[in-house]
Amino acid sequence: MESIEFQKPETVDEAVKLLQGADGNAKILAGGTDLLVQLRAHMIDPSVIVDIKSIDETRKLNKNADGSYTIGAAVAGAEAHERGDITADWPGVIEAWDLIGSTQIQGRASLGGNLCNASPAGDSVPAMVAAGMTANIAGPDGRRTLPVEEVTAGPGKTNLKKGEFIVSFNLPAKPSNGGDAYLRLIPRTEMDIAVVGCGVALTLDDSGTVTSAKVSLGAVAATVLVVEDAAKAIIGSKLEPEAMSALDAACQAACKPIDDKRGTVEYRTKVAGVLARRAVSIAAERAGKN
Amino acid sequence: MTLNGEPTEFLCSTRQTLLDVLRDELNLTGSKEGCASGDCGACSVMVDDRLVCACLVLGAECDGKTVESIEGMADGENLHPLQQKFLEEAALQCGICTPGVLVAAKALLERNNNPTETEVRYWLAGNLCRCTGYDKIVRAVMSTAADMRENAK
Amino acid sequence: MSSDNRKYKWVGTRQIRPDGHDKVTGRAKFGSDFSLSGMIHGRVLRSPHAHAIIKSIDTSKAEALPGVKAVITSKDFQEQPAELKAAGEGMINYRDMTRNVMAREKALYDGHAVAAVAASTVEVAEAALELISVDYEVLPHVIDVDEAMKEGAPILHEEMVPSGMEVNGPTNIAKFVEFNLGDTKKGFEEAEVVIERSYKTEAVHQGYIEPHAVVASVAEDGQAQIWCCTQGQFQVRAFVAQLLGMPASSIRVTPSEIGGGFGGKTVVYLEPLATLLSKKAGKPVKMIMTREEVFRASGPTSGGSMTYKIGATKAGNITAVEATIKLLAGAFAGAPAGPACMCAVAPYDIKNVYVNGYDVVVNRPKVAAYRAPGAPISAFGAESIIDELAKELGIDPLELRKLNAAKKGTQAAYGPTFREIGYEQTVDIAMKHDHYKAPLGPNQGRGVASGFWFNIGGESSATVNINEDGTAVVISGNPDIGGSRASLALMAAEELGIDYDKVRPIIGDTASIGYNFLTGGSRVTFATGLAVVEAAKDAVRQLCERAAKIWEVDAEGVIWENGHAKPASTNVGDFEPLSLANLAAQAPKTGGPICGHNAQNVQGAGPGFATHICDVEVDPETGSVSILRYTAIQDVGRAIHPSYVEGQIQGGAAQGIGWALNEEYIYNSKGQLDNPGFLDYRIPVASDLPMIDAVMVEVPNDRHPYGVRGVGEVPIVPPMAAVANAIENATGVRMSALPMSPPRLLAALDQADIKEAAE
Repeated sequence: MESIEFQKPETVDEAVKLLQGADGNAKILAGGTDLLVQLRAHMIDPSVIVDIKSIDETRKLNKNADGSYTIGAAVAGAEAHERGDITADWPGVIEAWDLIGSTQIQGRASLGGNLCNASPAGDSVPAMVAAGMTANIAGPDGRRTLPVEEVTAGPGKTNLKKGEFIVSFNLPAKPSNGGDAYLRLIPRTEMDIAVVGCGVALTLDDSGTVTSAKVSLGAVAATVLVVEDAAKAIIGSKLEPEAMSALDAACQAACKPIDDKRGTVEYRTKVAGVLARRAVSIAAERAGKN
Repeated sequence: MTLNGEPTEFLCSTRQTLLDVLRDELNLTGSKEGCASGDCGACSVMVDDRLVCACLVLGAECDGKTVESIEGMADGENLHPLQQKFLEEAALQCGICTPGVLVAAKALLERNNNPTETEVRYWLAGNLCRCTGYDKIVRAVMSTAADMRENAK
Repeated sequence: MSSDNRKYKWVGTRQIRPDGHDKVTGRAKFGSDFSLSGMIHGRVLRSPHAHAIIKSIDTSKAEALPGVKAVITSKDFQEQPAELKAAGEGMINYRDMTRNVMAREKALYDGHAVAAVAASTVEVAEAALELISVDYEVLPHVIDVDEAMKEGAPILHEEMVPSGMEVNGPTNIAKFVEFNLGDTKKGFEEAEVVIERSYKTEAVHQGYIEPHAVVASVAEDGQAQIWCCTQGQFQVRAFVAQLLGMPASSIRVTPSEIGGGFGGKTVVYLEPLATLLSKKAGKPVKMIMTREEVFRASGPTSGGSMTYKIGATKAGNITAVEATIKLLAGAFAGAPAGPACMCAVAPYDIKNVYVNGYDVVVNRPKVAAYRAPGAPISAFGAESIIDELAKELGIDPLELRKLNAAKKGTQAAYGPTFREIGYEQTVDIAMKHDHYKAPLGPNQGRGVASGFWFNIGGESSATVNINEDGTAVVISGNPDIGGSRASLALMAAEELGIDYDKVRPIIGDTASIGYNFLTGGSRVTFATGLAVVEAAKDAVRQLCERAAKIWEVDAEGVIWENGHAKPASTNVGDFEPLSLANLAAQAPKTGGPICGHNAQNVQGAGPGFATHICDVEVDPETGSVSILRYTAIQDVGRAIHPSYVEGQIQGGAAQGIGWALNEEYIYNSKGQLDNPGFLDYRIPVASDLPMIDAVMVEVPNDRHPYGVRGVGEVPIVPPMAAVANAIENATGVRMSALPMSPPRLLAALDQADIKEAAE
């Protein structure tokens, strides 16, 4: 086993140079909750580990003048959870982030890591997608921005090019009359990887009619799904039983899950519909409270 | 790094986790390895005032950081109220999960000195215990919280 | 609820345990916390195949790697005889054991050890493993007990002949047992209601948080020191001695503090390997299992496949029970078929019982004991079918149990007649408990179940040394996995009449104390406690003799009271009582050191019974089950240290709940373990459980000076059926297979909906 170099760059440019120099053999260290497990299991064998936590941009969580947020890719869940503003604006995103593992994992777990690990079941991802978050990527060719749902390419794979890494995320300003929610199904009450995850963000008008919606499912396909038919089923409705049934059916139809040690195809499909209904109800209740 | 209040130097390879450093380099075996993958919490420590699993932190990351392990919980001969309560309430049987549970519980009570039973259980969900069924652990944490609130008056 | 009105000063009080401070400060040394200077590190190469012939192993490249000090394979282990050899209470098949610790002709499960390396660092050792090439001929495998018993199943051991039955040709059946009481044919004829059901359970692991760990050091003169986490240092010594061909006296095994065992650390895996590596390398060798290795290669308990048939009169009198219990043993014989059969309906007075059982080998790690081995599995079936019977008869499930309760004088199906037991009391308490009357909401249900475990006695040795200053040291030989040290100290303090704080209990290594059978079978507080009490009494006898000497009277004229020697009556003389401290100080003048001793094979263990009540809430759209409330009522004989007795009850119940809801071994199609970690082997976490109300009934066991009954194992017996019965009560759906995880429950609920809609 070769020894691994450890680097702690203080700027984005330094980090990009290190990643380029390693020619695909570098691994980013944010919270380490996936990286160290994979290292120990000999699933990866990097020549250099680049700890990005000394780069300011990756560690800050700022509310911008327009009400949007810029979230550093290496901010830990526990830090975000302590912020009253973002928790009030986007409880679904924070809940989803908060569900990544135990309290100890929360002390480290980052959105950047959760997304780039590209597990189909990553808890934060459906909520980020539903909220319309985008990723700010830095690389040898400069900066670019991608919607979160376009970052993952398949289990364990991202669309990031060699030398690129996510520096931060943009979370839009909370729309007035907006609400979001994230629910997941796990066999125990904590500590499990999501068997199904559902993130929903929607807006209501004063009459309680859904004016916009985004529904995202996790753990039921190779990457996170955006279920447009599910959104269509509820937009323009007041979430009557027929609309909810259509939502449920649309989610079930969109699923392409697998049978594995965590759930069966049948189970994931059915529960995707159940969670969608419940998440929509919670999001709507939150939206209505504004 | 600063470990339990003392400046501490160590040498490690990139591959070594903070847990490896504590146990193998610094001979502090109070933090335990139950799984090496962050699923059991037996290696719980505080790094820069955050509760984390030491098996998921690289030793190399801890340069310049403040680390607290179980060995730093008692103040000389004086046990921390949680440690004392655990003994009085029999909140341990084999004791292997106990250091991790104590570090985690201390972190909780420092943030929230009036947790509900549910809050205690969810906070400690990352600390696996196979012996106690968690009952006496949760009672001991809540009882210590009550004592701390009483003493704060 | 004690039927004995004696007032104790120490027994029954909740003192701080002697090892407590070390455990809450991180000072206590567990298996992997120990190091010796010059120590090197061992790692094991494990088969990735569930079933394969090992055609050859080439270790030459590994041996040549710089830093590697020793490499071993099965050729370094001598062959062992096929016949069973006695070791403590059980009969051991060493031929199987040597093959389990190091595969010989075949790899028989994913994770089976095929070679081991000791090197200067763990990294070098792991690199060396990659340099060992093994030529496997992969064979078809079988991991399911029913499949393994079928014609044409892959055979693990061609030459194995089952005990207890005749077969033609090779088989995977290692053993057949049967227990018969009365005449079940007649019993079923008398029945007005007969129910037949099948049940299935999956293999589950003991789940101790501390992986197996050992440091072994063999000196040039062949003297070996072994430091390991074990439930039985004498077992380790015996097994290593036999497997390595060394005399027992040359092996000194020191048990470390142990991070959980539950039966899984009563066997050896790494110890013989580390010892042999140390012998070869000439250096101490440390070996620790990773969590993955613990799951792949250390014994879980059996999975089981059962059929039950029960008959009763409409009035609720159970007239007959028949059952067949098939248990998977893993790669070598040893499933607890006997105990499973014996415990199945032991809480009940049934005149006609026929239970038989099969011990079947499959390509999985060899099973090891897990808290009341076999009983939780057979009880799942028995307590579920009794619940169905109650429903069918329209009788309350606790009433039905009370009607048929075993009492003093009942003959159990497995032979013995019960002395004074507390089963009926547990049912009575359950019936009157608030829990049983509490209202239930929508999607909520309540289930009850009972359980039994015999508990054992066995060989124990203890020494009570009186120190010069009047304090005492109690040396016994059982690793303390649940707080037993405290109980031993309490009993010794009670006997000696000195303060608990003045009694120091320590656990001796194999060279420092006489033979002790392992910590298990719920025996330590009972059997070792009895030896400690007798040793303390022996010390007291000597103390009285010393007082007699000082007073120049006959020894019979001296009694011991409240820690003092006193004249038995005024006839003996008018002497001031002499305290233990005083007598201790005078010991050199009166005859020398005062040491009480006792060693015996303790008989008379009292069986334990329990009745549990469980409330659940089921989410009908997802199949998720929450445990809302749990009450565990158990006859504990006498609670020497009530907190630790409660702890045993709560811990056992929690393990049973995990077994009921989410724990299982999941294999892929190649017979490889898919979930060898705590992420996907799902033991209960703190948020999964409510408070567990432990109610202790005390019906003293008259064969122990303090009435002790073993308590550690009974609590894991009822929970699975209690949870299943509660789910049935909440949903109308009967789950007859474990675990009752959300996907399975939802599928069953949906099936039931479909059936209902169709009707």
